Amino acid sequence: METTQWNLWEVFTQESPGDPHVHAGSVRAPDAEIALQNARDVYARRGEAVNLWVVPTEYITASTPEDQGAFFDPGNDKAYRHPNFYKTPDGVKL
Amino acid sequence: MEIKDLIFNYSLRLGDSSLVIGHRLSEWCGHGPILEEDIAMTNLALDLVGQARTILTYAGEVEENDRTEDSLAYYRDERGYRNLLLVEQPNGDFAMTMIRQFLFSSYQLLLYEKLQYSKDKTIAAFAEKSMKEVIYHVRHSSKWILRLGDGTAESHERAQNVLNQLWRFTDDLFDGDEVDAELTKLGIATDLSLLKPVWFEIVKKTFDEATLIIPQGEWMIRGSRKGIHTEHLGFMLAEMQSLPRAYPDAKW
Repeated sequence: METTQWNLWEVFTQESPGDPHVHAGSVRAPDAEIALQNARDVYARRGEAVNLWVVPTEYITASTPEDQGAFFDPGNDKAYRHPNFYKTPDGVKL
Repeated sequence: MEIKDLIFNYSLRLGDSSLVIGHRLSEWCGHGPILEEDIAMTNLALDLVGQARTILTYAGEVEENDRTEDSLAYYRDERGYRNLLLVEQPNGDFAMTMIRQFLFSSYQLLLYEKLQYSKDKTIAAFAEKSMKEVIYHVRHSSKWILRLGDGTAESHERAQNVLNQLWRFTDDLFDGDEVDAELTKLGIATDLSLLKPVWFEIVKKTFDEATLIIPQGEWMIRGSRKGIHTEHLGFMLAEMQSLPRAYPDAKW
């Protein structure tokens, strides 16, 4: 399909060192370098991040709403699937 | 000139160039080629207007004549402005804005790298703090120059035309006068003639990579340090200053 839009990139920001990168939103850009700059200008201008990832949206494979049952049904009737039978040692924070 | 007049003058030059190019960039707000670039250019504008506020406030303090950042920005006429000729040139197309930015930001970065060691503590702190911003300005504009110069036939042609138009204002960047000379002796300013060859190598490298050719034998236009401007600054100031001049006591 002919398009006048640049490719879409997903932006992930890391708030401080050691934190996981969290999805912040998306930008359009013609290539990776510009995507990174645009991500900086749109999502990380006010101290929100110490590190950025940009990933072409087309490379993200996502599950569909129809997958919900098969993928995510927790099987609550099968109690042995859940780690409920352990005693938590004193001093461990949950 | 007394030292305080020298520092006042020098601070105006630093502040006015940042203010004028910052205002030019802000003219893109809502008109950027894409949303992301609109935000990027207004971010640059905010950095530069912020720099202007700091150093014009200092100019006002040094002058000891009750002038604030606002009175200096809004109540001086064209001839009182000391910004470089390059930065007052109109935005033109996106290529013009980016090439103007690159030529200026590369110069500003070299200048601030020197001024961070200035014996004037305020100027030194100002330069050191602003450098981080300017490094990004150079990066952002240079990436675009590579893409425009070495992009499509149309983007190349537009970028080359703009470079041809703007190059004539680049000697003005380094056209130091007795203010620069006196302050350089005192370790407050820096010798601009030493920056010129370094700057030329830096910009040439990027333009070479972008397949753009630096024009030769252009008639070079100078005069910013005497307050002599091109025809564009007056119109820009008329718009920029209209509100405080119409409503001098307005608060916002």
